[in-house]
Amino acid sequence: MSSNDEIRAGLAEILEEIADVQKDDVADDKSFTDDLDVDSLSMVEVVVAAEEKFGVKIPDDDVQGLKTVGDAVAYISQAQA
Amino acid sequence: MSRYTDGPGARVVGLGHYQPARIVTNDDLTTQFGVETNDAWIQDRVGIKARRFAAEGETCLDMSVAAAGKALANAGIEAADVDLVIVATLTPPTMLPNVASQVAARLGINAPGAFDVNTACSGFSYGLATAQHAIVSGAAKTALVIGAEKLTDVIDFADRTTCILFADGAGAAVVTAAEQNGIGPVYWGSDGPRGDVLNIDDDGFIRQEGQAVFRWATTALAPFARAACERAGVDPADLVAFIPHQANVRIIDHIAKRLGATNAVIARDIVESGNTSSASIPLALSKLVERGELPSGGPALLFGFGGGLTYAGQVITIP
Repeated sequence: MSSNDEIRAGLAEILEEIADVQKDDVADDKSFTDDLDVDSLSMVEVVVAAEEKFGVKIPDDDVQGLKTVGDAVAYISQAQA
Repeated sequence: MSRYTDGPGARVVGLGHYQPARIVTNDDLTTQFGVETNDAWIQDRVGIKARRFAAEGETCLDMSVAAAGKALANAGIEAADVDLVIVATLTPPTMLPNVASQVAARLGINAPGAFDVNTACSGFSYGLATAQHAIVSGAAKTALVIGAEKLTDVIDFADRTTCILFADGAGAAVVTAAEQNGIGPVYWGSDGPRGDVLNIDDDGFIRQEGQAVFRWATTALAPFARAACERAGVDPADLVAFIPHQANVRIIDHIAKRLGATNAVIARDIVESGNTSSASIPLALSKLVERGELPSGGPALLFGFGGGLTYAGQVITIP
């Protein structure tokens, strides 16, 4: 179990590693595609890394619904509960 | 386990390839085929700059014959000495007769075993392993293994997620019995339950769920590539070349990194040739060897993966 702050920080590390996103840019209201310039294939890599890091499963069908950082934080938090 | 080169077996003794003359750049897809896409997007997502399209009337059989003829010349082996022909393809011009029998007829190969293999993008590695097994069992002495595709036959130019990827071409290898083995044990397998992410639909067009295939390729495959090295008794760091199926530069780099092929030349023929499915591995390998970019005698890993889902890989000694 991680707090939302921990999940957001973990996502920021993954986004920096995979998509060269600045950690300071990672906030709940940011869109992966529109604000952070994460393309669909990078998003798959981010999801796979997040599954490993947080010990959750995020099926492809659910990935479509993760538009913003906040969506992903909420999803991971829910999946860990 | 012992190293794959211990003892007699089979080896690749010659390579050849054929690509159609017509070069189609990413911009050409827009100007000539009306595809709403752009060069930067394609290069960023898949790494392709250009691909080759066959001429009207030019078939997978024609390309097979051209590549095979060059492989025989490269090996210094007469067509009359070949006793097995295997063609890996998912785009045969006719289902009956098969492509392999017609290749044999066109090249003047007399009464060989001749059959086609369809495991899509892993087809060449399946075909090469089957040729090796035939030679080692004593059923054949000299085999032609061909990977050839005319994927423009199954491209829907209204589907911009797939039409930017696929292309035409052929590659071939000559395999003979050898005092010192030069082909490691194949590591092959399939994942049928997930196979619906890549298919040819009722309209005859190839369809792909790109993100699902990408996820499979970047998570499941590196351990299989490593297993092929383990079966051959070769440390991935000792590979001189890694020749994976040319699906996507980002997939290629992913697998190469996780495999640990740190000292290998990594084939990136997709940049200039697109995705040619069964043809991509022998095409990339033949071009690298022809350019003198791979040291003769070194171990290289071939690794095919794709529709089925299927995968197969083996270490070979560069001829």
